Amino acid sequence: MEQILKEIREGIMVGDADLVPQKVQQALDMSLEAGHVLNDGLIAAMGEVGRLFEQGEYFVPEMLVAARAMKAGMAVLKPFLVSSDVKPAGRIVTGTVKGDLHDIGKNLVGMMLEGNGFEVKDLGVDVAPEKFVEVVKSGEVDIVAMSALLTTTMTNMKSTIKALGEAGLRDHVKVIVGGAAVTGTYAHEIGADGYAPDASQAAALAKSLVA
Amino acid sequence: MHPLESLLASYPFLLADGAMGTMLMDAGLERGDVPESWNSLHPERVRAVHRGYIEAGSQIILTNTFGGNRFRLQRRGLQDRVAELNRAAAQLVRAEADIAPHKVVVAGSLGPTGEMLQPLGAMSFEDAKVAFAEQASALAEGGVDVLWVETMSDLEEVRAAVEGARSVSDLPLVATMTFDTKGRTMMGVKPVQALEMIRLFKPVALGANCGKGPDELEATIQAMHTADASMVLVAKGNAGLPEFIDGEIVYRATPEVMAGYAVRVYELGARIIGACCGSTPKHIQAMAEALRAHLA
Repeated sequence: MEQILKEIREGIMVGDADLVPQKVQQALDMSLEAGHVLNDGLIAAMGEVGRLFEQGEYFVPEMLVAARAMKAGMAVLKPFLVSSDVKPAGRIVTGTVKGDLHDIGKNLVGMMLEGNGFEVKDLGVDVAPEKFVEVVKSGEVDIVAMSALLTTTMTNMKSTIKALGEAGLRDHVKVIVGGAAVTGTYAHEIGADGYAPDASQAAALAKSLVA
Repeated sequence: MHPLESLLASYPFLLADGAMGTMLMDAGLERGDVPESWNSLHPERVRAVHRGYIEAGSQIILTNTFGGNRFRLQRRGLQDRVAELNRAAAQLVRAEADIAPHKVVVAGSLGPTGEMLQPLGAMSFEDAKVAFAEQASALAEGGVDVLWVETMSDLEEVRAAVEGARSVSDLPLVATMTFDTKGRTMMGVKPVQALEMIRLFKPVALGANCGKGPDELEATIQAMHTADASMVLVAKGNAGLPEFIDGEIVYRATPEVMAGYAVRVYELGARIIGACCGSTPKHIQAMAEALRAHLA
């Protein structure tokens, strides 16, 4: 039983997007519970990937291929998670703020969040404050995660938080921010609930906020 | 002997320029505006930035075309203006170079496409190469002396830029990467790896620009110089990291700090020294004075 989970984890670590879904199916055929495969297979692997990223051993390419393999495994697992009533760790909306088109960081964050069991809705880039508000208003959102690379656009993080306040939604969600120009000080200044310097730490932060 | 080689033969170090984007913002560029569009919309403001650096002592001036490739311009609907904007940008630097008090090399800046190459991303190598060729061609037409590939994170993209440039021009090449992630580029490329790959293209110079701050850049130059003392190295570091203080963007590295970095990076082996994000002609001037004093 442990062996198959080990194989799933190793497959994700090396980014084998063909092997991982096969092994996930095999695990399910062996009657392992979907939640067990999720936690000890997929999430455990992404935790290790995140650690290697934080340590400067995995970079963007390794992260991307690992995330792809995980996603492929998740596609097989998902219907079984739903039918066995395994809930996501939380629901997160991600987006790069208005005026900013940079998305690699945001995409990595999304991957690490999914790899930690969160449901992620990605609004893309150049996302206006109104759009964030609209999405929060229309569904169950636990966390709004904003990205900005440029100093000139990160002020739209402040605008978005303000817009959430004006819509009476600020208390309904946690807001976390990140990006090359963003700092913990800036996050605090604008009233965000948290800041993370990289995708792996963003996932840890999200987990702590929904705990 | 082409202008850059000639200058390298005459001086122990060459001063490149500093930031363009942040300077244009000071001149009124708004959030979300396309800097390259100012080559046509406000050419006099772009020229003023170039002139500021020349007056501070810069001997190599880069065109305002960092995001001037088809992929970047397409995000703002300006993809049909690649040739026009790049040509105009080159002409603006050339105009300032021609009236400068000292010899100035006009460098055509080619920045990243912003897309990741297949298989990690959606962009094909061929499409990237064609986009760089298009840009290089217009820069050459506009009168640049050298084609300057910069701020790259991916070695394959550097290759696409070099091959694209070489497919349309014999102008000499310079290539710099940005080592902003734990001493490597975000794609995991180490400085020595970058040097070993890029020197195969026989550039006039190679090195590092942007990144995090001066400290990391110094380590990068040291590693490259140790690996190959024969390469002409470029160091064009940021004026520190930006901070938001009282609603203002402040770059931590003052001219004095940058002056120290310039001397250190020269001692570590860099021969083309300039600055990147957040820097101004004042930074370049301080760097120039410090380097001259150091070598006096």
